[in-house]
Amino acid sequence: MITGIPFEILFAIGFVILAPFIGAFIVGIDRKVTARKQGRVGPPVLQPLYDIFKLFEKEKVVVTNEVNFYILSHLIFVVFTGALFFSGGDILLVIFALTLAHVFLILGAYAAVSPYSHVGAGRELLQLMAVEPMLIIAAAGFYMVTESFAVKDIVLSPGLPVMTIPLIFVGIVFVLTIKLRKSPFDLATSHHAHQELVEGLTTEFAGPTLGMVEIAHLYETVFLLGIVWLFFASASMPWIGVLAVIIVYFLEILVDNTTTRVRWQVMLRSAWLVALVAGAVNLGVLALM
Amino acid sequence: MSYITKSPWVIHYDGSSCNGCDIEVLACLTPLYDLERFGIVNTGNPKHADVFLITGGINEQSRAVVKNTYDQMPDPKVVVAVGICAATGGVFRECYNIMGGVNEVIPVDVYVPGCAARPESIIDGVVRALGILEEKRAKMAENGGDKK
Ligand code: SF4
Repeated sequence: MITGIPFEILFAIGFVILAPFIGAFIVGIDRKVTARKQGRVGPPVLQPLYDIFKLFEKEKVVVTNEVNFYILSHLIFVVFTGALFFSGGDILLVIFALTLAHVFLILGAYAAVSPYSHVGAGRELLQLMAVEPMLIIAAAGFYMVTESFAVKDIVLSPGLPVMTIPLIFVGIVFVLTIKLRKSPFDLATSHHAHQELVEGLTTEFAGPTLGMVEIAHLYETVFLLGIVWLFFASASMPWIGVLAVIIVYFLEILVDNTTTRVRWQVMLRSAWLVALVAGAVNLGVLALM
Repeated sequence: MSYITKSPWVIHYDGSSCNGCDIEVLACLTPLYDLERFGIVNTGNPKHADVFLITGGINEQSRAVVKNTYDQMPDPKVVVAVGICAATGGVFRECYNIMGGVNEVIPVDVYVPGCAARPESIIDGVVRALGILEEKRAKMAENGGDKK
């Protein structure tokens, strides 16, 4: 057990260093695949990195100074969330840290006084509300399967968690679309259709500030896919999880390209309905067994 | 090493064009020309943009909007005037409400000729603007991140 501690720190450091590059690669592939689906050539795979480096070359313009503080806090807490997750920490703490990170993003958007960013911030709040129940139910599900909230114990427990909580897995994939800011749930801010609502949440962020939001998004993408992996976690065969992550992400790209944005009412209702059905049925069956 | 030329984000504004040039600008984004392969994204937001693509001449109503949009873009930035209207006012030059070309309000870096400008020449104009953008960035870096 003494050797266990450095390993956890190693995973956390590995996440902090590697996640932006892995995330950029994933998003780059995403843009390329999306372009191919639309019959275009598409940007280079490393384009997300070029975009971020470019943003740091730009002038620092910010509406009020608090915005930078909030956005920096957002980035720090997203990194913290992921590091905690990959070091095998408590999954409930991970979920709360993620929520806090997004609260900082919302505060940042509210601090930049602009009707567009206010609308975006309001929608981000709704997205947070839509996602939260499913995440908590997932944590409860993991606990019922492995009798532990620690990510480490979940990974080390025998068998694949998805075998016992398949419905919760479906629910998580559903809210993943909201979290990854993909159509039909890209309400707060979108990677496409930049003209609609003028980019919502990120309207008032320019240059390095926007760069930080983008970096945080890369970290978050890797972390979210980590949660998908956790459903297929098995210490002896980690590749099953990786395969599942790839399939789920391609599914997300497909959904992103074939659906149109819905209204917030539809998002909130469907996300809660899925959480309720998946949670009640799956957890109920588990409790009876 | 500079990344600004690898990821120029564009904002497109219609000063008071006949819509001909705008259609051609949008044609650049279609699968046939696919500007995104150069990392070019059409944003609707001046705060995210590096290149200001403007079509049509300037009239009394669009003047304040053009100036405001330009001022909101963070440095370094370039302006590309697309079509003859944006250069001089073109066929609308004698109209009572037209002030003239885009350079009446903001400094223009590249003029793309044509009525309507063809997508090929618009892309060519943007690529030329990238050279100027890089120069401006280098100058900004020399002055320690300050404008000009
Ligand atoms: S240059 Fe020609 S096509 Fe373009 S806006 Fe003017 S009149 Fe229309």
